[in-house]
Amino acid sequence: MDILIVLENKSGSIHRMSLEALAAGQKLASELNLSLSILAMGKNGGDLANDVSNFKADEILLLENPILDNYSSDGYSFAFTSILGQEKPKYLFMGHTYMVRDFLPRVSAKLQIPFISDVIQFNVDNDAPVFTKQVFNAKLAADIVSNSHGTTLVSFQSAAYQSDQVESGSAEIRTISIDMDASVIKTQSEEPFKEEAGGIDLTNAEIIVSIGRGIGKEENLSIVNTLVDALGAELGSSRPIVDSGWLEPSRQIGSSGQNVAPKMYLALGISGAIQHVVGMKGSKNIVAVNKDPEAPIFEIADYGIVGDILEIIPKLSEAIQAAKN
Amino acid sequence: MKIGVLIKQVPGGDSPLRVSSDHSWIDETSVNFETNESDSYALEEGLQLREKKGEGEVVVISMGPDGRTQKIIKEALSKGANRCIHIVEDNARETDPLQTAIIFAKALKNERFDLILSGLQSLDLGMGQTGVILGELLGMSIATLVMATELTNESIRVKRELESGWFQWVTLPLPACLSIQSGLNQPRYPSLKGIMGAKKKEIKPLSKSELFDGNEHQSITRVYSIQKAKQTEMISGDVNQQISRLVDVMKTEIKVL
Ligand SMILES: Cc1cc2nc3c(=O)[nH]c(=O)nc-3n(C[C@H](O)[C@H](O)[C@H](O)COP(=O)(O)OP(=O)(O)OC[C@H]3O[C@@H](n4cnc5c(N)ncnc54)[C@H](O)[C@@H]3O)c2cc1C
Ligand SMILES: Nc1ncnc2c1ncn2[C@@H]1O[C@H](COP(=O)(O)O)[C@@H](O)[C@H]1O
Repeated sequence: MDILIVLENKSGSIHRMSLEALAAGQKLASELNLSLSILAMGKNGGDLANDVSNFKADEILLLENPILDNYSSDGYSFAFTSILGQEKPKYLFMGHTYMVRDFLPRVSAKLQIPFISDVIQFNVDNDAPVFTKQVFNAKLAADIVSNSHGTTLVSFQSAAYQSDQVESGSAEIRTISIDMDASVIKTQSEEPFKEEAGGIDLTNAEIIVSIGRGIGKEENLSIVNTLVDALGAELGSSRPIVDSGWLEPSRQIGSSGQNVAPKMYLALGISGAIQHVVGMKGSKNIVAVNKDPEAPIFEIADYGIVGDILEIIPKLSEAIQAAKN
Repeated sequence: MKIGVLIKQVPGGDSPLRVSSDHSWIDETSVNFETNESDSYALEEGLQLREKKGEGEVVVISMGPDGRTQKIIKEALSKGANRCIHIVEDNARETDPLQTAIIFAKALKNERFDLILSGLQSLDLGMGQTGVILGELLGMSIATLVMATELTNESIRVKRELESGWFQWVTLPLPACLSIQSGLNQPRYPSLKGIMGAKKKEIKPLSKSELFDGNEHQSITRVYSIQKAKQTEMISGDVNQQISRLVDVMKTEIKVL
C-alpha cells in the first residue's frame, strides 16, 4: 500500500478536512503513480465507506470495532499503530484537526516514524514529495522531507487542498480487523459539551472591528471602542486578547471562536495566524492595519496599511465621524 | 508531587525575522528570545498545582543554546520553579520533534515525574507534537489542548478544548503528560523576592550531543518567505494620506459609510 487516507468520523459523517486530505492524496498518487486506499472507521463506519465509494481510489478499507466507536487518544493511537503495522503504507494523510493533533504524535512515538504536521502543500522532487509548512507564526515557510524507512505521517492545514477537487471513480470495500482490548483505554472521557450559550453573536454583523495583541495594553481598548461606535460596528478580537481576560470569550474569532463573514472586517494589530484566519477569511472585504509589512494578515487582506494602530485608530475614528456628517 | 514543565525559547513577537543566507533557518543575530506563549501558561499551571497541593517541586526543562536558554530559565526560576534542567546545544536548529522528544525522554527518565506539562505548540516550528511524544515515550497517560485541571490523589481530571467551541472532561491516571492550551490561567510576573531567590537555585546542564542518537526522522531542507497569493491594495503615504484613502475606500468601494 502506498498512500492511506483515514476519514475522520464526525458523529457518523466525514470531516470536511478528510476530503481535503483525500484531494492531496489523489494528487500525490497521480504524480508518482502510487496506489491509494481510504480507511473508514468509528461509529457507522460503513456509511462513511459508502460515502467515498464514488471517489477515485484503489480500495476502501473498513474497520469496525466497538472500542473505536467513541474517540479516545489511547484507543486511536493503539489502533493506528496496528493498522500501519499490517498495511504498511508509505504515507498516511489526514487533516490537521484537533483529533489528529491529539493522537497522531503518539503513533509517531510508538512506531518511531516522522509526523510532518500542518502541511500547506507538497511538490514532487526526485520522485519524493517535499512538504511545505508555515513556521515562525506563519511568517515564513519551510520545506520538509521525510527520512522514514516506514510510514510517513502527514496532516494538512485546513483548506490546503480543496474537497471539491476530489476526483471521482469507484472502489471496492475490504473489511479489516485488529486485535484490540478495551483495557488499552486508560483514560475516562465524559460527554462533550458547549459552554453556556449567551454572549455576543457576531455571525450576522455587517462590520467587525477586530483587535489583536498589537493593541498592547488593556487601557488602549477605549480608543477601539470609539472607532467601533463611529462605524456602528461590532467588536471582535483574536485569542490572546480573550486569553488575557480583556474581552469576553464570545468576542473571539477563529478556530476556537466564532466564524464570521461581514461586509467589512477591520483587522487591527492582528498577525494573521491560521487559527484566526479560518474564522474570518470569508469576509467580503478585509482591511488590515499592522506595523509589520510582512505580517501574514496582508496576504489575505484586500486593503492594507502599514502603520501604528495606536496612532491610526483615533485619527480614523475622527475622519469617519467627519465623513458621516 | 513532582512536576516537570517544558519551556522553549522562541523569537519574540517584535523580533525581525530574516532567512539565513543559506536558507537553512533564520538569521538569529538580532532576534530577542522569549518563553513560548503556551509554555508560560504550562509553567503557571504547574506552579498553581504545586501551591494547591501544598508540597512538591516544579522542574523546568529547556533545550537550547546557552545565552537565550539561561534567560528564560532564570525567569521561570524567579516565578517560583524549584530547579531546572538545561540541555545545552550549540546548533539551535531543531527540526524533528520525535528526535527532540527522544532526547528529553533520555534526560528525564530517572526523574519519575508525576506530571509533565508542555505547551501545545511552539511558535517557531509549530509541530504541536514534542510534549505528546515525550509522554508516550515515558509511558505516561496523555491529554492535549488542556484548558483546566483538577488534581486528585491518583488521577487528574482535565478539560480539553475540542473543535468549534466544544469541550470535554477527561480523567487520566497519574503519571500524566499534558499539553497546555493558552488562556487557562493568568501567568504571574516574577517578584523581586523571586528574582533574588532564583540565584541560588540549581541549573543542571546536560549535553545534547551525549543524548542525541543521530537520527533525524524529518529534515528541513529550505526556509523562505511565502509568496503572496492575493492582490492587496497597500495604502501608502503618510498617516493622513493613508486615512483619507481608507475612508474613501469605505465610502466608495466597500460602501459601509
Ligand atoms: C488549537 C489552537 C486554536 C486557536 N484558536 C484561535 C482562535 O480561535 N482565534 C485566534 O485569534 N487565535 C487562535 N489561536 C492562536 C493563534 O495561533 C495566534 O496565536 C493568535 O491568533 C495571534 O493573535 P494576534 O494576531 O492578536 O497576536 P500576535 O500574533 O502576537 O500579533 C500581533 C500583531 O500586532 C502587530 N502590532 C504590534 N504592535 C502594533 C502596533 N502598535 N500597531 C500595529 N500593529 C502592531 C504585530 O506586528 C503583530 O503582527 C489558536 C491556536 C491554536 C494552537
Ligand atoms: N527545545 C525545547 N525546549 C523545551 N521545550 C520544548 C522544546 N521543543 C519543544 N518543546 C515543548 O514542546 C511543545 C510543543 O513543541 P512543538 O512540537 O515544536 O510544537 C512546546 O510548547 C514546548 O513546551
